[in-house]
Amino acid sequence: MAKPKLTRKQKARRQFLSSVGYTVAITSAALAGYIPIISNASHRLRPPGALAEKAFLSSCIKCGQCVQVCPVKAIKLADIDDGFGIGSPYIDAREQACDFSCDGLQCVLACPTGSLTHSIDYPAQTNMGVAKLNVPKLCLAVQGQGFKGKTRHNENYQGILRFEAIDRWYPVPLADQEFDLEICDLCVRLCPIEIRANQCDAGNPPAGDESQCPPRAIKLVEFKGNDGTKRMKPEILDGCVGCGVCEMVCPTQPSAIVIEINKDRDLGKNQWMPDANKVKTVKELK
Amino acid sequence: MSFRNSLSELFGNPPKRPDKKSFSIEVQEMHATKKFDKVRIQAIYEEIAEHKKLPQKWRKRRWATLIIVNLLFVVSLYFDISMLEGSLTASRFVGFHMADLNSALQVMLAYKHIVLNLVIGTVTIFIMWWLLGGRTFCSWVCPYHLVAELAEMVHEKLEAKGWVKDHPFDRRARTWFWIIFVILALVTGYTVYETISPTGIISRALIYGPGLALIWVALLLLFEIFYSRRAWCRYGCPIGLTYGLVGSISPLKVQYHLVDCLHEGECRKVCLVPHVLDTVIKGKAAGLDVDLGADCTRCGRCVEVCPTKSLTFKFKGFGDKL
Repeated sequence: MAKPKLTRKQKARRQFLSSVGYTVAITSAALAGYIPIISNASHRLRPPGALAEKAFLSSCIKCGQCVQVCPVKAIKLADIDDGFGIGSPYIDAREQACDFSCDGLQCVLACPTGSLTHSIDYPAQTNMGVAKLNVPKLCLAVQGQGFKGKTRHNENYQGILRFEAIDRWYPVPLADQEFDLEICDLCVRLCPIEIRANQCDAGNPPAGDESQCPPRAIKLVEFKGNDGTKRMKPEILDGCVGCGVCEMVCPTQPSAIVIEINKDRDLGKNQWMPDANKVKTVKELK
Repeated sequence: MSFRNSLSELFGNPPKRPDKKSFSIEVQEMHATKKFDKVRIQAIYEEIAEHKKLPQKWRKRRWATLIIVNLLFVVSLYFDISMLEGSLTASRFVGFHMADLNSALQVMLAYKHIVLNLVIGTVTIFIMWWLLGGRTFCSWVCPYHLVAELAEMVHEKLEAKGWVKDHPFDRRARTWFWIIFVILALVTGYTVYETISPTGIISRALIYGPGLALIWVALLLLFEIFYSRRAWCRYGCPIGLTYGLVGSISPLKVQYHLVDCLHEGECRKVCLVPHVLDTVIKGKAAGLDVDLGADCTRCGRCVEVCPTKSLTFKFKGFGDKL
């Protein structure tokens, strides 16, 4: 049977309705991006200076300029399975943590929208999260063990880290470095905040600026094991910013220490500020 | 074309029927006395039939520009030369901020703050595309536009074989989308449009590597090939409308000259947005020289295929305004 011929008016009506259908379908597809947000599926460690998650996602223009400037290539962009978070930057700390080897927070400077807030100047002021000893029984120090050899070497690990003794400007592959430690303290000795604090104690603060001396972030504390042997345990201190280097360098698989992401990242609250009395002018620094 | 009609057409209304009584006497006479040199028209048709391939000069220039601009982002990152950093949503050209107008709009509506760098980038891009014609962004830079053009060619081939049929939508849908995404950004506080923006997705995929989001782009292209020709650019993309608004006040236009036109209609066959060429239909031109409307992407296809050179690029200077 032949289809009845539609009048012009019927055709126009049909087209209008199909256009409404098209609009509804595409809008629904876009709104499906809400699902990963509500269901919290996109629990991401954000780059230094990221605003609180909600404000961060609204203000980020998804351009990836932060990705481009990072010297250790720690920043990646989220895919469409992050919904509204598509194209937003995140860090997978275990794969490649931010080791602040740019010193100047390049990602923050590159951000065109202030989604990575321009109100911070130093690594110690960031607030990405806090380290946590997630699986104490895996931790070598807790077991009273040392560490000899190359960390994560057998994983064919590609991540890089700055060792100032090797090269101030070029980070090198972590898995190439030999260690010989009586008690494993990689998470402490490689912590970028601890490194800065140590430099300060040695009278050699970052950029020669005493005001940049940060509070301590992590230390090993001694305790006695059930068998009476001496053991050590990492303790997280106020200065931890959640950069993820400890998670990256931990030789156990999975990492005994991980970053708990700080979604609120309420900057200004509990945020370390440089000591105003110690701030020197550029002239004084020279 | 009047500014009002140009906007009305941009928002998706059908081209207005011109009021012939309002035409100047000169134009009325031109329409009435236009002699059709049938021999010449016949000769033109024969010539077109002979050269099966239409001229490609502007298309080649345009595709080359589009590919170069997008490659510039890729090359800049690959060789770490900081020439064009970022992606199409926001970038720095040798250090100077640029921000896509629609992305910047989404961010400012969602975030509800005005960011200085974004203002600088937005103004720069606004001035640039105002000078260059607005939707010039679409046909000369947008990477989705290029793949959609290729999809359109496939669609046309399949249509010629009778395997697919075009299902046009109401062009006003693009305006609805624009309004919907403005409201969604304001209400939800998220840049909802970026989730599905094929422009942003392809640009990032080129620069930072492919991802799952390309599946969405592929679905859009399949939809365009098998169901509705160029559905995204014509009836969907709010970026196109944003740049169309910029183009509505741009000095760079394609201009139609009634005098030489023989109304063969070759231009309308190749036009990416044929409604802007409504004025070339016999008896419709309201003046001797008519600017095409804001929705024109300044792709130059009509300029190169017109057998009588009745369509040209025109940069309007102060002289024209007087």
